[in-house]
Amino acid sequence: MPANPMNKSEIIDRYFQEHRAKVLDIAAFLDRVDRSEGSTPDFRIEAMQTCIQELLTDEVGRTERILLLLSDPSVKPIESAGTKGASGAVPPAE
Amino acid sequence: MVSRTTDDYQRMAQAGCVAITEPAFWAGFDRSSAQGFYDYFRQLTDTEPKRAAQYGIKHHCWLCINPKESEDIGFAREVISIIPEFIECHTVLGIGEIGLNKNSKNELLILEEQLALAERLNQLVLVHTPHLEDKLKGTQLIMDAIENTSLQPNRVLIDHVEEHTVRSVLDRGYWAGMTLYPDSKCTPQRAADIIEMHGTERLWINSAGDWGPSDPLAVPKCQVELASRGHSKSLIETISYDNPLTFLSKSGKFKVE
Repeated sequence: MPANPMNKSEIIDRYFQEHRAKVLDIAAFLDRVDRSEGSTPDFRIEAMQTCIQELLTDEVGRTERILLLLSDPSVKPIESAGTKGASGAVPPAE
Repeated sequence: MVSRTTDDYQRMAQAGCVAITEPAFWAGFDRSSAQGFYDYFRQLTDTEPKRAAQYGIKHHCWLCINPKESEDIGFAREVISIIPEFIECHTVLGIGEIGLNKNSKNELLILEEQLALAERLNQLVLVHTPHLEDKLKGTQLIMDAIENTSLQPNRVLIDHVEEHTVRSVLDRGYWAGMTLYPDSKCTPQRAADIIEMHGTERLWINSAGDWGPSDPLAVPKCQVELASRGHSKSLIETISYDNPLTFLSKSGKFKVE
């Protein structure tokens, strides 16, 4: 495989600030949700919190595992497409 | 690029783009008649090549009814019946982008019928895989459907792969495309990561130029990302030029000069 020619220090030097900002974006988003009216739990926020737990693991493959956490695990086609859009996390069964 | 201004063709040419392949896709709204698709196919096969040619870019396209408009089976079949009239056009590379959107039974039925059309007309296939939570399941269903036909995986590009689908697509013998988006799918950085983890065989990158947030210059941005990490010119050429050329040339119609 064509390994990344950069070493750990170089990668951190190059990308840290950008991803520091992304962490702050997530924190600000969760704060914004908590400051707002309404109390119903939302499956997307719950899914995000599960993904954040996955970030704390120290094994390579976090992106794939997070995508799997956010994927519909069923295998059969649904009866009909009621909508065209996707929500980004698996909605609770109706 | 029916969703884009001519300025985008100019910027792409300035960034080194020599050829485009544009799939038939959802316009952001459902068309009200099959005749709407007839006009759309004329636009893809006649108007867009002329727009692109002004900037020295060779324009090619793929024809189909996209999965988002496939839920109405009768309507979809009407559109499919139009495709053979356009398929011999010298810039049409095959059937696409077909696939699934919400992974419904009707979407799957129309996918199977368009795969049968590709078989009958001996065409390459470009596959659209579903979005977000539907991608993993849809990608598996699509590959299963293809494997119920006589179509060879090496004549099929499965597009929009991400970290959780790329391995199975490559392992089953397909070409895999990473469509680069600013945020909703694969970014240039993640594409570079995927290349580092999965290699360059049957894998390539492409830009999206659709009506939503997308960036026709995403390919050159990914080239810059790879170069800045220290990857070789040869690797960058493989992932952004040689691999697309190898796959698309199987159509017998793809030209860059």
